[in-house]
Amino acid sequence: MQSQTRRSFLTASGTATLSAAAFGLIAGVPRRSLAMASTMARDVDILNVALGLEHEAINAYQLGAQSGLLQKPVLDAAVLFQSHHKGHRDALIATIEKLGGRPVAEKPMAEYARALNAAAIKSQEDILNLAARLELGASNAYLGVIPSFQDVNLAKVAARLAADETMHWTALSGVLGRQLPGAPLSFGA
Amino acid sequence: MRRSASALSAAAFLVWVASGTTDAADATRGKDLYESRCTGCHSLDQDRIGPRHRGLIGRRAGSVAGFEYSPALRASHIVWSAQTLDAWLRNPERLIPGQRMNYSVPDAADRAALVAYLAAESGP
Repeated sequence: MQSQTRRSFLTASGTATLSAAAFGLIAGVPRRSLAMASTMARDVDILNVALGLEHEAINAYQLGAQSGLLQKPVLDAAVLFQSHHKGHRDALIATIEKLGGRPVAEKPMAEYARALNAAAIKSQEDILNLAARLELGASNAYLGVIPSFQDVNLAKVAARLAADETMHWTALSGVLGRQLPGAPLSFGA
Repeated sequence: MRRSASALSAAAFLVWVASGTTDAADATRGKDLYESRCTGCHSLDQDRIGPRHRGLIGRRAGSVAGFEYSPALRASHIVWSAQTLDAWLRNPERLIPGQRMNYSVPDAADRAALVAYLAAESGP
């Protein structure tokens, strides 16, 4: 029965890769606790998607900074925003590990460059447009997964991440000379 | 009789034209929605946090070569259509328990617009 419960847990947890220690912790615990472990695994999955976003953002800003196309003070802002994303990454890794999950690994920069079509970037404006697109997408992604979290504290973390991405998007939009949204509640709808 | 058949054909034609116009309008709005809500993780032609989307309609779920899907998605045996995409966007966990996306689009009109856009971009 216990092994069946273990299999059920692994099936229900889907993609979350819990550490051996965490797996050991769930053996022999009451059904209610196993259900909690399952919902925690789903939260870990969401956090790992967020971590993937942060890895990509860090590499996107790195590609921009290394391109030689960014002029001060835009370069300084890009480095600052990248430092925010590194902070997000570190916080997400710590949280995933605390929950017994395995943080998704960063890919080689060449993979991010290919996925983001970095070869087509020819100007500072191209980099800013790419960064603005990624920041807006990340903001909406974080807002969109908030209802899926089982732990309200993690939902709050996602909201705080979204706030940082929105701050980045707003600053980038200003540099690009774009109008701010005319309608209220334009994010995360 | 011929006249009423002709009138019926004209009405059907107008409905067809109107339907096509609606699809085109949906696809245009869907492009904007896609840009703001989906491009955080997806693109049409590259695998990123999520898999590429061009050619999605008619594709079996979890079948883009080289993309690391959740085991749940790979085992789902779902083929993406307007109906399955709508269900996925409405509640991915309900359609495929154990999936990783966990992002939903609650508004039916928004889902329809996104599906219209993805269908329009499903050519080769």
